[in-house]
Amino acid sequence: MSMRGPKYVLLILALGGTIFAGAGDGQWLRKVPAKDRARTDPFAADPDAPAAGGKIFAEHCAPCHGADAEGKQEGKHIRPNLHSERVRQATPGELFWLLTNGSQKNGMPSWSRLPEAQRWQVISFLKSLQ
Amino acid sequence: MSALFNQASTLLARRACHAFLYALALLGLRSSLHAQENYFVTYSHEMEEPGNLEIAAKSVTGAPKGVDAFVATALELEYGIKTWWTTELYLDGQTTAGQSTLFTGFRWEHRVRPILREYWINPVLYFEFEDINDADKALLEVVGHDGRTDFLARNNRNEKKREVELKLILSSNFKGWNVSENIIAEKNLSGSPWEFGYALGTSRALALAASARKCVFCRENFALGAEMYGGLGERHSFGLPNTSHYAGPVLTWNIPGGPALALSPNFGLNGNSNGFLLRFMIAYEIDQAFSKLRNRR
Repeated sequence: MSMRGPKYVLLILALGGTIFAGAGDGQWLRKVPAKDRARTDPFAADPDAPAAGGKIFAEHCAPCHGADAEGKQEGKHIRPNLHSERVRQATPGELFWLLTNGSQKNGMPSWSRLPEAQRWQVISFLKSLQ
Repeated sequence: MSALFNQASTLLARRACHAFLYALALLGLRSSLHAQENYFVTYSHEMEEPGNLEIAAKSVTGAPKGVDAFVATALELEYGIKTWWTTELYLDGQTTAGQSTLFTGFRWEHRVRPILREYWINPVLYFEFEDINDADKALLEVVGHDGRTDFLARNNRNEKKREVELKLILSSNFKGWNVSENIIAEKNLSGSPWEFGYALGTSRALALAASARKCVFCRENFALGAEMYGGLGERHSFGLPNTSHYAGPVLTWNIPGGPALALSPNFGLNGNSNGFLLRFMIAYEIDQAFSKLRNRR
C-alpha cells in the first residue's frame, strides 16, 4: 500500500493549520474595506446612545462577553475583553463592520438582524467604556 | 393493546414534560431569556448563536369547513453549533376535536450558511429529514398539491411519511427591513415525485433605535411583518393548479429578558386552501445552554 496518500493528507492539514493560525484574533481588522472603516457613528453626539447601547449589550452580548464586557473563557472558547487596546483603537466603522459580518473563526455571529441604529448604539456603549 | 399503548404514551409525555421543566430550572431560565423569531413558515438567514439553545412551541389552529377543529403544535429545539451551522429538532403533535390527541412525528433539520459576510442577498442551505404520520397538521410548510382535502380524513397514524426536504433560503436586511424568500423541494422516500413550494416573508421592528430606559412595551420590542406561502405542484405537474396558498400579517413581541411571543392570522387565498388558520408561538432562548449545565455540576 502506498504511503503517498497519508503524506499528502498531513501536508494539507499542516498548510491548513498554518493558514488558520495566521488568521488569529484581530486579523478581522485587515478585512474591513476602507469605506466601512471610515464610517462615523451617527449616534456619537446622542447622550442617550451609550445607555441604549448598554441595554442591547446586556441582552445580546453580555452572555458571551460578560456583564462588565471584560470577556470570559468557557472551556476552549475565549470571549474577548472589550476594554482591550484593540477595541479602544478600532474605529467605529471597523466595529460596525465586525458587528454586521461577525467573525467565523472567533465564533462571533453576525448581528445584522439588529437594525443598523441599534448596532451603532452598541458601538456608542463600547466607546463609552474606554 | 391500544389502551395500553395510550397509557404508555401519556406516561412518557408526562415524564418528558417533567424533564423539560427540570432542565429549564437547571439552566436558570429567568436570568437569560431572549429570542428573535420573525416568521412561522419562512426562514431568514438569521442563525442561532453558537452554544445557544432556543426552545419554541409553534402552534396552528383551524376549523376547516366540514371538518373537526384542530390544534397542532411543533415543539422546536434549535441549537447553534457554529456561527455557520444551526440544527433543529421538531416534535410534532396535534389534537382534533371529537377524535384524538396524538404525537405525529419528528423532523430534524440543518441550516448551513456558506457565506458569512453580509451581502444584499444572503443564501442559506437547508436540509431536513421528516418522519411523520398522516395525522400531522403542523403545517410548517405547504408543498405540492397540499390542500384542504388533507384535513378530511380522521386521525390516522398508521400511514408513515419519511421525507427529505431541501430549501434554498435567500434573505436580505435593508434599512431595518428583513425580506426572505424560500424555495422548497420535498421528496417522500417511498418513491413519490419531488414536490415544490415557496415561502415569502418581510418584517420590520416598529422602532429601529432602542430607547435608553428599560421597558417592556417599547416599540423596538415589537416587529410587524407579513408572510405568504404555498405549493407549486410536483415534478410532473409543476405550477399553480390544485395548489393551496396562504397569506397573513405576523406580529412579534420580544420581551426583554423574557420570551418572544408571536401571532399570525393566515387567510387561505384560493378554494383549495383552508379559509382561516391562526398561528401562535412562544420562544425561549437560553444563552450558552450547555456551558451553564457544566458549570452547575
